[in-house]
Amino acid sequence: MEDEKRQSTVKDAHGQKNNQSQLNNNHKIALCGVLIALAMILSYLESLVPIHMAVPGVKLGLANLVTIIALQKLDLKSTVVISVGRIILSNVLFGNMAVLLYSLAGAACSILIMTALKKCRVFGLVGISVAGAVFHNLGQILVAVCVMENVRIFYYMFILLITGTVAGVAIGLLASFLLKNIRI
Amino acid sequence: MEPKQEHKLISHADILLIVGILILAVAGLFAWKKLETPGAYVDIMIDGDSVKTLRLDQDASYEVKQQVGVNTVVVQDGSVTVQDADCPDKICEKHRAISQTGETIICLPHKLVVEIKE
Repeated sequence: MEDEKRQSTVKDAHGQKNNQSQLNNNHKIALCGVLIALAMILSYLESLVPIHMAVPGVKLGLANLVTIIALQKLDLKSTVVISVGRIILSNVLFGNMAVLLYSLAGAACSILIMTALKKCRVFGLVGISVAGAVFHNLGQILVAVCVMENVRIFYYMFILLITGTVAGVAIGLLASFLLKNIRI
Repeated sequence: MEPKQEHKLISHADILLIVGILILAVAGLFAWKKLETPGAYVDIMIDGDSVKTLRLDQDASYEVKQQVGVNTVVVQDGSVTVQDADCPDKICEKHRAISQTGETIICLPHKLVVEIKE
């Protein structure tokens, strides 16, 4: 108990120090590594609780939480590194490589729109997160249309718009809560 | 340096964005449903190339064998399902039966598209 308390104060002091000083390169690299690990765990956790829906591609996107926080607290380059690193590592370790292209396309679209909306400065985290979720779906659908050479697949997009919005709101709220309460 | 957006949980722009997306989704679904008609046959495609067509008015089943694995397409009472697939996610198996023109069942790992056509 005593130990735990001491540890947490040490952590707090450490966090404060980090906050005050500029993020130097080593710190950034370490933080990227930690966030990749966190994102991997989150996507793994999510895969343990599958949502059985008639439409494939419906998910909460917990890993997007890490992407959003990275985008807010770090720079674009680190965010890309974290996303790509997470996707490649999780697909190699737990998934099948067949879906790698889908994940990468989704992440690319998602990060692109989230960066653009962040630059606008009118949208809050929820808006950014919703746009990210929807564009993630859009990227995946576009890859599916190209791979399958079938435009009809686009029908799923309308359903994914709805589920993506719901997931985006949830993740956005969670992200604002986390950003208020944790220090990176 | 703190971004302004943290002050408000959800801004007006966010709400507009969400409402806009939802309207687009509902309009899209509605338009798509309107265009729907019962299909006449089912087209089984791998990587965009048609490998087999089955009529919907007679029950049948067709085993799609590929190097990556097997899916069985079953036609019963005018609607189509995919059964006995050995793909990792089994999403195609869980998909509900399809019968309307343009409806598809897709198996991403096997690059298989089952589509109803007129």
